[in-house]
Amino acid sequence: MIYSAKVMEHFANPRNVGELADANGIGEVGNAKCGDIMKIYLKIENDTIVDVRFKTFGCGAAIATSSMATELIKGKPLSEALKLTNKAVVEALDGLPPVKIHCSVLSEQAIKAAIADYYTRLGIDPTPFVGKLDSEEEHEHGCACDCDE
Amino acid sequence: MNNRIVYADNAATTRITEPVLQAMMPYLTENYGNASSLYSLGVKSALALDKARKQVSSALNAEPFEIIFTGCGSESDNWLKVFAKTLAKRGKTHLITTCVEHHALLHSMARLEKEGFTVTYLPVNKDGFISVEDFKNAITEKTGLVSIMFANNEIGTIQPIPEIGAICREKGIWFHTDAVQAVGHVPVDVKAMNIDMLSLSAHKFHGPKGVGVFYCRKGIPMDNLIDGGGQERGKRAGTENVAGIVGMGAAIEIAVAHMDEHAKKVTALRNRLIDGLLAAVPKSHLNGSRENRLPGNANISFVGVEGESLLLRLDQAGIMASSGSACASASLDPSHVLMALGMRHEEAHGSVRLTLSEENTEEDVDYIIQTLPGIVASLRAMSPLWESMMNKNQD
Repeated sequence: MIYSAKVMEHFANPRNVGELADANGIGEVGNAKCGDIMKIYLKIENDTIVDVRFKTFGCGAAIATSSMATELIKGKPLSEALKLTNKAVVEALDGLPPVKIHCSVLSEQAIKAAIADYYTRLGIDPTPFVGKLDSEEEHEHGCACDCDE
Repeated sequence: MNNRIVYADNAATTRITEPVLQAMMPYLTENYGNASSLYSLGVKSALALDKARKQVSSALNAEPFEIIFTGCGSESDNWLKVFAKTLAKRGKTHLITTCVEHHALLHSMARLEKEGFTVTYLPVNKDGFISVEDFKNAITEKTGLVSIMFANNEIGTIQPIPEIGAICREKGIWFHTDAVQAVGHVPVDVKAMNIDMLSLSAHKFHGPKGVGVFYCRKGIPMDNLIDGGGQERGKRAGTENVAGIVGMGAAIEIAVAHMDEHAKKVTALRNRLIDGLLAAVPKSHLNGSRENRLPGNANISFVGVEGESLLLRLDQAGIMASSGSACASASLDPSHVLMALGMRHEEAHGSVRLTLSEENTEEDVDYIIQTLPGIVASLRAMSPLWESMMNKNQD
């Protein structure tokens, strides 16, 4: 299994790592069984993501996609961030090995969860903006490992 | 930038040593004859195969004609399937193995199950050992074949092979052992240990890749695996990998001749590594037993980090190792061996296997001890799993 140079570069020097004390939208997806968890902190002002940090427990692909995803949404309006697909993250990284594609779903889901948290904190139902968030089962569906216990 | 390179994945494969390469070279160059040919160039190859067969048989305390050269350790494990017909004919439709075998063995067993055999998979305790009592209790009148690995490839645990062999011999049950990780590293004596069949692979003891052995004791009726010419007594046809086999012969002879000296050195290095890492990294623990463990094997879990990212960071620091993490394997399942020890997923995901050989030095080990803790700390600092574990501890 070979990672692209870009994946390795983001893995070695991940962007936007850490926490945001003044985050107003926080999302965490994944579980220890699957072997990957991503937590994302957003600072949102005027419907725009002005700052972002992440923490990820996971493989090289999980860390690189987390890093790339945060770069792709930083400074972007929420409407645009919500359109970010895992495919776009994978393309920005010059591809991932087929067995690692599922790792990229994590960052897309974490961003949606954090934006939903932002709306919820404001007392706004996030569903019209974010859609129905993947439940744990649906996440497991997207997780290629055996997490059926 | 540190330029040190530390190869610590000797359970995956080993370097071909200089004497082994020198033994092989003539058969890769001027001595290219087919061992089945009658002219002198062919005879040279045939004699070289004879010599290698003797080197291998004497290393195992077997007879030369009990040695079948194969293409790899996995092939050797797959040989068990050729006994299916004979076993079934005798009504011996029950097989016993363990749940920590290599996939070559487990998947062969799964195929035999599909063909109507019943297989008992013995569990292991938290240190990776089967219980001889469990084993005895699993035996039925229909048990025809037992396959228990000599030493585990992930955690290095050495099973009580002589005891199992004695029980099988007494009951007339064929006993196979996958000794791929053991041969050349710890004493293996097929006669003293009552081993009827054995798998080994040359590249695990500084021999070349692409060559292994299936040992089968005289008197056990054996079908052919590959039909064709008369090579390997017709059991496995196909022109022999002469250079590879010669390299295996040289490597096994060297490994056995220096076994005590190497084992002593490697065990000391491994203990230095285990003690150093456990002392330097909080929340780390050794997987498998301290006793009855392969000299070179250290398998340690660092909770809160994921094994593949740890391996990649180690590689960037010049250290080559492997992991039982799901993400480090193509299958995306965490190691079945670590899970069989009763480990939680997060512990299995955070495991690293470092396997040393006599070519490693104290400086190598100290470099790992200096380098790895910082990598674990930096990955933990960005791990939400570690964060939640730390928060729980504070409660």
